[in-house]
Amino acid sequence: MIREINENLKNGKITATDLTRNYLANIKEKDPVIGAFLTLNEEEALKKAQVVDEKIKKGEEIDLLAGIPMALKDNMCVKGMRTTAGSKILDNYIAPFDATVVSKLKQKDAVILGKVNMDEFAMGASTENSAYQKTKNPVDTTRVPGGSSGGSAAAVAGDMAVYALGSDTGGSIRQPASFCGVVGLKPTYGRVSRHGLIAMASSLDQIGPITHNVEDAAIVLSRIAGQDKKDATSAQSGGKFYEDYLQGEIKGMKIGVPKEYFTHGLDEEIKNISFEALEKFKSLGAELVEINLPHSDYALAVYYIIVTSEVSSNLARFDGIRYGLSIDDQKESRIGNGNLLETYLDTRQIGLGDEVKRRIMLGTYALSAGYYDAYYKKAQKVRRLLRQDFEEAFKKVDVIFSPTAPEVAFKFGEKTLDPLQMYLSDIYTVTANLIGAPAISFPVGNVEKEGVSLPVGGQLTGKWFGEEELLNAAYSFEKY
Amino acid sequence: MLNKENIMHIAALARIGLREDEIEKYQRELSLILDYFQKLEKADTENVEPIGHITGINNVLRSDEASENQADLVKGIFENFPATANNKVKVKSILS
Repeated sequence: MIREINENLKNGKITATDLTRNYLANIKEKDPVIGAFLTLNEEEALKKAQVVDEKIKKGEEIDLLAGIPMALKDNMCVKGMRTTAGSKILDNYIAPFDATVVSKLKQKDAVILGKVNMDEFAMGASTENSAYQKTKNPVDTTRVPGGSSGGSAAAVAGDMAVYALGSDTGGSIRQPASFCGVVGLKPTYGRVSRHGLIAMASSLDQIGPITHNVEDAAIVLSRIAGQDKKDATSAQSGGKFYEDYLQGEIKGMKIGVPKEYFTHGLDEEIKNISFEALEKFKSLGAELVEINLPHSDYALAVYYIIVTSEVSSNLARFDGIRYGLSIDDQKESRIGNGNLLETYLDTRQIGLGDEVKRRIMLGTYALSAGYYDAYYKKAQKVRRLLRQDFEEAFKKVDVIFSPTAPEVAFKFGEKTLDPLQMYLSDIYTVTANLIGAPAISFPVGNVEKEGVSLPVGGQLTGKWFGEEELLNAAYSFEKY
Repeated sequence: MLNKENIMHIAALARIGLREDEIEKYQRELSLILDYFQKLEKADTENVEPIGHITGINNVLRSDEASENQADLVKGIFENFPATANNKVKVKSILS
């Protein structure tokens, strides 16, 4: 899609300004129902489109992303633009700098249409935890778009952006991509700079693209990847032009099928679609290899201990002093006497939503004296075992296949009363974050529910910094 | 099962004010999730080192100097402070 639009821009079939106007018109028509956008950037978007049109007119070289309208998850800072992370505690926060991914996109003359909805601080699997609005799944508006990057997936699936950036801590790019029938890529940890991404869990968070197809994901990744001195955890190796590696040929590629992923609890229909997808890979010349990931059953518990621990630390900065909401005259708190402590208690009580408070408290408990060894340290040990499982597996296979999510898009309110039920939506996605490996979700089929055909995503997990191989496998699947 | 005092202690550590009716809710929800975490007890982690950085990066250092003109950034940061006085961030008293 991006390549085709780029051609059309260069040969004058459409101007960047008209293209941007079309997308803004789509947003105005569809978004009152879908609810993807939190902030529109209309004026700046059109200004940027004009710049691109002038460059084209003068015959200057333009990048593949130049003039292409896109959307950003609202946890990425854009200088001078409101950035809420889906939370009331940042309702009035105006970012004073650009996230590295944003400055990279600006350099390529990307057209930023606006900021899109998400679960508060990226905590959730349905975008229902946003403090602002519900986002509906464009495929079936009675269902959630997934989360936490639900706004990003809905904007792309609803043709309100050509592509979007999301962030993925335990599946937050891949699961909404699966629910909305689009492509979502979580790169290797460190492949993309996290500078300017409002942190949830720093050892797991990674920014990546949500797109209409695999090639677009490769094109976007190439332009946001790379080392950044502002993110000390960013990889020291450079990025690549990933789109150059999509030959659409996977003869002899070894695809691992983890025994543990296809047993208990998996929806029958999703299981069948997954097996059909594997058959297709086989027909394309790939070899299916059964593998064992013996510690899989622990992944979700490890994930939620590490996430909540890091959350309790990262979100300590929202204190009513540095930025955002500051409450100083509430008398509801249980301790305090009109001093600084009371500001903390009241600001966080009022400004943070239920799931955020739940996670902060769980993490505080897990890290507190007497419990640290049993929870956090134990989790970091099992995390090593999980990584070793994959190291062993990758000696035998090139990529690993699984469903993206154990279900199709569910209905609003179906899981909001039971936090643990919501956590189980992440069962297939959290491991890639825990071990730092790249993973992609792409459409592999559909399931009929109440007369609507709902998309199902397949997930491939690749070797560390092996995005080119991973993308090529998904690209080959998509192509045939 | 966490008791009422546990929840109040955790909330105080986390600097989160709670209403009376929320305490019971968090008692129930947090206990349920902590029970799920118990699963890890079964994992054999003898002689396993806890993992550090997941892709193995170690001690990334840089010199501590401002690298660009930061005036604009500083202004933006100031504008986000909920309360300022004399070009400084204003904080309430810490002693009663």
